[in-house]
Amino acid sequence: MEDRKTIRKWFWVWEFEKEEDWLNEMALNGWVLESVGMCSYNFVRSAPGEYSVRLEMHPYDEAYLSFMQETGAEYIGRMMAWIYFRKKTADGPFDLFSDIDSKIDHLDRIGKFLSIIGGANLLIGLVNSWNPTRLGWINLVCATLLMYSLGRIHGKKEALKRERMLHE
Amino acid sequence: MAEGPALTESTYYILLSLVKPRHGYGIMQRTDEMSCGRVRLAAGTLYGALSALCAKGWIIPLPTEDESRRKEYRLTEKGMIVLRAEVKRLRELADNGERALKEG
Repeated sequence: MEDRKTIRKWFWVWEFEKEEDWLNEMALNGWVLESVGMCSYNFVRSAPGEYSVRLEMHPYDEAYLSFMQETGAEYIGRMMAWIYFRKKTADGPFDLFSDIDSKIDHLDRIGKFLSIIGGANLLIGLVNSWNPTRLGWINLVCATLLMYSLGRIHGKKEALKRERMLHE
Repeated sequence: MAEGPALTESTYYILLSLVKPRHGYGIMQRTDEMSCGRVRLAAGTLYGALSALCAKGWIIPLPTEDESRRKEYRLTEKGMIVLRAEVKRLRELADNGERALKEG
C-alpha cells in the first residue's frame, strides 16, 4: 500500500477556508499534509483524524514559528505567503484565531498582500502596454483577478465587522 | 487612562494570566483553567495580542539569558491599573444586570 501521495489542486485566495476544510477531510481519511508546493499537496499516511491542519497568511517570522511550536503545533511548510501547521488532535483543539478581531487582522494581511501584488501587476501591465511585445495584457489580467480577490476578502471582512457590532 | 473602552475577553484573560510571569502556552492554559474551558485562546490570536499589549506597555517580556528559551511575560504597573479598572467596570455590568433582572 502506498503511504505517500501528491495531489494537485487549485484554490482561489478567498477559498482558504475551503482549502483548510479539504486538508482536514484528507486528515480524517488518514492522509495528513506533509509538505506543500505550488498548487500541489504532499500527503503521508497517518491514523484517521490523528491531526488537524490549519493555514494562514503570515509574513516570515522565526519567532512566530517557535511560538507556535511551543503550543504543540508543527510547522509543515510555506507557499507564497501562506504557512501550514498541523497538530495532533489528542493534544487538544487547534485553532489559529479565537476572536473576531484577530480574524479581521488576518483578512487585512491577505488584503494588503493582494493590493501590493495587484498594484505591481497593474503598473507593469500599463507600462508594457506601450511596449512593442504587447505582453502587458497578461499583467492586466492578473491585476484584474487580484483586485477581484481583494473584493472577495473585503466582503468577508465586512461580514465579520457586522458580527462584531453585537459581540466579539 | 483607566476610563478606556472595554477590553476584549482575550485581552482581559491575558492580563489576568500575567499577574504572574508566564510564557505563551502558560497563558493559554491559565485562561482555559480560569474560564473552565469556556475561553480558549488560539495561538495566532494570542501572538498578535501579546505584541499589541507590549506596544501599549501593559505587559513586558522578561529578560532571558538564553535566547532559545520560551519568552515569559509579566504585567506592568500600567497594565495593572488597566486591569483593576476593568474588573471594576465588569462588576458594575454584572451588578446592573442582576438588579435589572430582579426588577423585571
